[in-house]
Amino acid sequence: MLKKEQESANRPDNTAFTQQRLPAWQPMLSAGIVIPGFVLIGLAFIGIGVALFVTSRSIQVLELDYTGVEQNSPCYKCSDSDAKNCACTLDFSINRLFEGPVFFYYGLSNYFQNYRSYGASKDDDQLSGDLEHFTSPSDTCDPYRYDSSDKPIVPCGLVANSMFNDTFKLYQIVTGGKKQVPFDGKGIAWWTDYNVKYRNPSVVPLKNAFNGTVKPIFWSKPAYELDPTDPANNGFINQDFLVWMRRAALPDFRKLYRRITEGDYAKGLPVGNYSLEIAYNYPVLSFDGRKKVVLSNVSWMGGKNEFLGIAYLVIGSMCIVMSIVMLIVYAKFKFPDEE
Amino acid sequence: MGMDFSTLRTLISRYCVGEENWVDSRTIYIGHKEPPVGTEAFIQQRFPDNRIVSSKYTFWNFIPKNMFEQFRRVANFYFLIIFLVQLIIDTPTSPITSGLPLFFVITVTAIKQGYEDWLRHKADNSVNHCPVHVVQHGKVVRKQSRKLRVGDVVLVKEDETFPCDLILLSTSRDDGTCYVTTASLDGESSHKTYYAVQDTKAYNTEKEVDSIHATIECEQPQPDLYKFVGRINIYMDNEPVARPLGSENLLLRGATLKNTEHIYAVAIYTGMETKMALNYQTKCQKRSAVEKSMNAYLVVYLCILISKAFINTVLKYVWQADPNRDEPWYNQRTETERQRHIVIRAFTDFLAFMVLFNYIIPVSMYVTVEMQKFLGSYFIMWDDEMFDEELGERAVVNTSDLNEELGQVEYVFTDKTGTLTENNMEFIECCVDGHVYVPHAICNGQVMPGAAGMDMIDTSPGPGAREHEELFFRALCLCHTVQVKEEETVDGIKHGIHQGKSTSFYISSSPDEVALVEGMKRLGFTYLRLKDSHMEILNREDEIERFELLEVLTFDSVRRRMSVIVRSSTGEYYLFCKGADSSIFPRVVSGKVDQVKARVEHNAVEGLRTLCVAYRPLSPEQYQEVCHLLSGAKLALQDRDKRLTEAYDLIEKDLILLGATAVEDRLQEKAADTIESLHKAGMKVWVLTGDKMETAAATCYASKLFRRNTQILELTTKRTEEQSLHDVLFDLSRTVLRQHGGMTRDTFSGLSGDCTDYGLIIDGATLSAVMRPAQEDSNSGNYKEIFLEICRNCSAVLCCRMAPLQKAQIVKLIKASKEHPITLAVGDGANDVSMILEAHVGIGIMGKEGRQAVRNSDYAIPKFKHLKKMLLVHGHYYYIRISELVQYFFYKNVCFIFPQFLYQFFCGFSQQPLYDTAYLTLYNISFTSLPILLYSLIEQHINMDILKKDPSLYRDIAKNSLLRWPIFIYWTVLGVYDAIVMFFGAYFLFDNTTFTSNGQLMTTNTQMMFGNWTFGTLVFTVLVFTVTFKLALDTHYWTWINHFVIWGSLIFFVLFSLLWGGIIWPFLNYQRMYYVFMQMLSSGPAWLSIILLITASLLPDVVKKVIWRALWPTTTERIQNADKLYKGQLSEFTPLASLHAPSKAGSHRRGSANQRNAPNPRRSEPFSKKIMFTRWQRTPDYCTFTPLLRFADGARHSKQGHAYSGAGPETSV
Repeated sequence: MLKKEQESANRPDNTAFTQQRLPAWQPMLSAGIVIPGFVLIGLAFIGIGVALFVTSRSIQVLELDYTGVEQNSPCYKCSDSDAKNCACTLDFSINRLFEGPVFFYYGLSNYFQNYRSYGASKDDDQLSGDLEHFTSPSDTCDPYRYDSSDKPIVPCGLVANSMFNDTFKLYQIVTGGKKQVPFDGKGIAWWTDYNVKYRNPSVVPLKNAFNGTVKPIFWSKPAYELDPTDPANNGFINQDFLVWMRRAALPDFRKLYRRITEGDYAKGLPVGNYSLEIAYNYPVLSFDGRKKVVLSNVSWMGGKNEFLGIAYLVIGSMCIVMSIVMLIVYAKFKFPDEE
Repeated sequence: MGMDFSTLRTLISRYCVGEENWVDSRTIYIGHKEPPVGTEAFIQQRFPDNRIVSSKYTFWNFIPKNMFEQFRRVANFYFLIIFLVQLIIDTPTSPITSGLPLFFVITVTAIKQGYEDWLRHKADNSVNHCPVHVVQHGKVVRKQSRKLRVGDVVLVKEDETFPCDLILLSTSRDDGTCYVTTASLDGESSHKTYYAVQDTKAYNTEKEVDSIHATIECEQPQPDLYKFVGRINIYMDNEPVARPLGSENLLLRGATLKNTEHIYAVAIYTGMETKMALNYQTKCQKRSAVEKSMNAYLVVYLCILISKAFINTVLKYVWQADPNRDEPWYNQRTETERQRHIVIRAFTDFLAFMVLFNYIIPVSMYVTVEMQKFLGSYFIMWDDEMFDEELGERAVVNTSDLNEELGQVEYVFTDKTGTLTENNMEFIECCVDGHVYVPHAICNGQVMPGAAGMDMIDTSPGPGAREHEELFFRALCLCHTVQVKEEETVDGIKHGIHQGKSTSFYISSSPDEVALVEGMKRLGFTYLRLKDSHMEILNREDEIERFELLEVLTFDSVRRRMSVIVRSSTGEYYLFCKGADSSIFPRVVSGKVDQVKARVEHNAVEGLRTLCVAYRPLSPEQYQEVCHLLSGAKLALQDRDKRLTEAYDLIEKDLILLGATAVEDRLQEKAADTIESLHKAGMKVWVLTGDKMETAAATCYASKLFRRNTQILELTTKRTEEQSLHDVLFDLSRTVLRQHGGMTRDTFSGLSGDCTDYGLIIDGATLSAVMRPAQEDSNSGNYKEIFLEICRNCSAVLCCRMAPLQKAQIVKLIKASKEHPITLAVGDGANDVSMILEAHVGIGIMGKEGRQAVRNSDYAIPKFKHLKKMLLVHGHYYYIRISELVQYFFYKNVCFIFPQFLYQFFCGFSQQPLYDTAYLTLYNISFTSLPILLYSLIEQHINMDILKKDPSLYRDIAKNSLLRWPIFIYWTVLGVYDAIVMFFGAYFLFDNTTFTSNGQLMTTNTQMMFGNWTFGTLVFTVLVFTVTFKLALDTHYWTWINHFVIWGSLIFFVLFSLLWGGIIWPFLNYQRMYYVFMQMLSSGPAWLSIILLITASLLPDVVKKVIWRALWPTTTERIQNADKLYKGQLSEFTPLASLHAPSKAGSHRRGSANQRNAPNPRRSEPFSKKIMFTRWQRTPDYCTFTPLLRFADGARHSKQGHAYSGAGPETSV
């Protein structure tokens, strides 16, 4: 009796799991599944690819380089680093209605916003309005933590210091003069950046919070005076500042400057001649960079993006080709056996 | 000089190590009584108390000691270094990224080890506190076990366990013996007899015992359980009497007292010095081939890591040669950085790159591999098919490190007795002077000599033979160490031999002896008992004969014989000797040697175990001489064994041959089937046995190790006597190689029926000649090589007459041969331990010969037949699983880190990480860890039943085939390809194109720009999905758990990203990933590109798989296809192997012994096999002739289908 009990005690549990016999689906990558699968995926991808490609084609993009490297460029005079408060005007014409809403970008190339030391050089607490960090910014901000007279810099760090400071004004040339194209500078940054992540200290007026601090060395105006027209667009929640603070992934990037959504231009930029007035402040030639402005509109799938459409077409056709190859391989090596 | 050294050593050890270590014997005062003055003074030694400490740590040293142990592992140390580098220098990632996983791993391991140690502490405590009875001042006092000291006299009662190693002083039995089982020590459950010291056995009460005045001298503790020498000096009337002590007086800690009311004994070894504690030593750890490959890959990846860091460092400084790039105005350095020396800067950069890329070797790989092995081994233990009803035992896993090695075995070394055979002995016949006696043919005590037709039998033994006959029977009744056990309750029923009034049965450590004594009983002579050193025999006339047992010359495996010296009631002295024929015949001076020899050989060919019996009458003078020899040897403290052997050698000579016995050891159930399967699986099976050649060869034939068409090559003493070893070896190698050169090189040749395969028989003596290192002529050095060459070409090898150490030698030889094959040794007895320890995988059979093999093995199985499932199913699965695990881990980390490497080219080599810290940390520990762990636990690429039915599938994974360099390179290239697709896919979407959110999620129709973190998140999302899908594509066995874990881990990733992005926990808002994931998903192109990139990454692998499967399918893949197509019919189909094999194994030798003379079923088999092959040679593709494929095709080809069914009936005879 005892032995019997022992036996059953030692006997392993006879369940499907312990015996490794759980019911299972056992799929096999056989030609019968893969070839039709590939054809289906291929067709779907080609379809998406065509749609993307056509959409992308319909998007209008206008790029204007205003670095002023070439001597015939209107901004050539500004490219000299000694020129202060230089302004230049770029004329261009639009031959076809530039459908709205039109987005106005500035673009920089050969500019490494993704340097590690650069990206780390800011003080998140300061930027979320912590007044303690106004007086003593975090040491990550070096070398733009204190100025030469040991006053704290607010906003501190490399990223803030190097904020893009060219400004643009767009005019349509109409008979009898220039008509300014109104720019909309609201909502160009991430909603969460504007509303949650970056905060001004709750000091009224905002200027007082900055007592005892200095503006970043490169800046011409302090942070609380970035936008004289709109008090809600100053300090750390200035839209241009927020756009700049979101670092670009790659050395050639563009950032949104304004949207053209108002007045006569809500439907787009009509055919005609235009003039772009640029306040040329930002030096790029020292590191061999380029500056440009870009006008573009968008579709359901974002901006102009031919790569995605082409990639879909390529992968889709590769699927089809592969399915044909597999079919041939199977016909040649498999089917004789199966007849 | 030598003198100086030894003195110095003595001094050093005296002052540094402590006294007890340098004294080579110890002296124990029984009851702590000083010896009387005048006797030589002994050095007082200090002995440890009886505390057993099996725990490794104490409360105080746990943390430092455990940390030290853990960081000694290379991998942990590597991660510690990385962590420290991160702490010290300014690195791209925070120390948390590597610190957290490391901390996790270390903590989990520490908790596990701590828990185990706590359990050990608890066990130690319960042992150390358990009460023992100690005699003090004539009274029995209870003491805690740990307080027991050397010299204490202990009282042990029946069924109690001995608290330490004791010398038996007296017992409650009159004859001064006690019975003991050592089941917990070596698993031998038989009762062993131990003897009290002759001069003290009368001291039977505590008072008397307390009056004993004696000292014991014995050797210092040593781990050998069966060796002990000592001497007791008893001071009676101030006249010391010295008596020898041997292992028969020594009761070991852990053993249990049985059948004896109580004993008194004195403690001699306590605590950690007991033999049991000394045997705790852990054996050296074995490492599997997979682990070796893994380490090789690690080195490759370490090189990749270092070269990546190096390349990036160099490129960084090349790129920075332009000062504007080095330090553009917007990215100025701090003063301190500028002042730093360039070499230091470069070195810091190098380290920073190392840190950035260090995830390529993840901590979690080690954890996952360990978990896989640990958890995976449960499936072996849980396997119901490896549970044996009869024994009530299941498979045991002692080392989970070797699971996958079970799938890599190339050589199987098996013991014969108890492994291939049941070790269940049955007396078949005996032969006296050539007359054969079979117990079956006995009626009413009347001996009927065996059946007619045996040429040896002389049906009418003459009167002279009559005398020999009786002497022979008496010899067998007397010459043994069998005990008579009275009334034992087993299974609730009283078993036993009904013998007049009492119920009794025989027990012995050797089953052969029991079989012989029982056989004698059936022939009319019954051994009754040993009483007062008189052995009582009931003879045919129902008279009790009494013989005084004078000496027992115990059995050992070197002499291979045992003897007893008895005095008959008439006062004649006899020496009876029984042993292996090879050890008896040379010592025989008269008797019908030729007839007996012929019969022995005949029986051996039949596969019976034979023993020869001889005797020698001794005159009283001779007996005195013998006594003198023996007591001289027994009293020796040094070299006692050697002197005993010499004495035995002198005593056991001039024998007169009486006859021989034959005992049958049945083949284990399905042994033949198992061996056949192992052969088909491409393994070479070697039988290593101590048995004689003929017996072993017969077993080999029965177990299908040798077939009828196997050409046997002999390399035995018999042959080397005729020719020199040199010539024999060259002869054989020529034979083998000629055949080998003649046939086409075909990997599957082992299966083809036409070509003869070779079987080699070698014996121990010849083997040692072959193995002897080169001495005089340079030629002999090559013997080993030639021998190996011969062995390689033989499908089966039988090594007989092996000493235990020789078994290990053989294994070592094969292990060291140039292919470094994976070896497996399987055995059940203590004599197999050396080979089990030596082989890559050691398997113990839970047999009758005790537990030593099981204890020393890596895996233990109840029966030999379970080896089949163990290797073919579990081994195969674990190999597949772990190889995928290893390859996949490297693959997914290439995919993970290579984009980060590429990113450096686009961020000015500034060590900007591509992924967020959380992603870097969690990628390996949570996003991608569970699916592969689960895969590596439950993947079944082929159905279990097919694996068992078709052993040839095992060849598909032979030689570590899934971890070869080409396959590793394929995985790595695939990883690099995927990384390039992911990185550049994202790159082209970001670079110069407006890859932006259209912002409909939050506000108006806005085009918000994405930053670098979105870039990394996009790559990371594609990465996680790709590697998980890749695993999903490789999974062939989708249970609900797989679905749960694979989809679950993807969902977890998405949920985590949302959470980390601040959706659920808004307080994470300050950090850089805030809303990044959500914003990315709000963008249409992001979705499209994720789908595109995943597809593009997986595409080539799928195509490769499908095309390879069509063009160069492995057997496994063929079966998978066939399995898929013919699933419905599969169940009705019984393949060839399983059709005939069990029927043979089952019927053969089961039931009646007569069956062994019916070789018919054996003969038909090669024939039917041949039919199969000729029919199927038309399609060269199917060279493996796996049964299933035959079937699968058979269903399609009607003609061949008939051919199969035609062969079917023949095979199922």
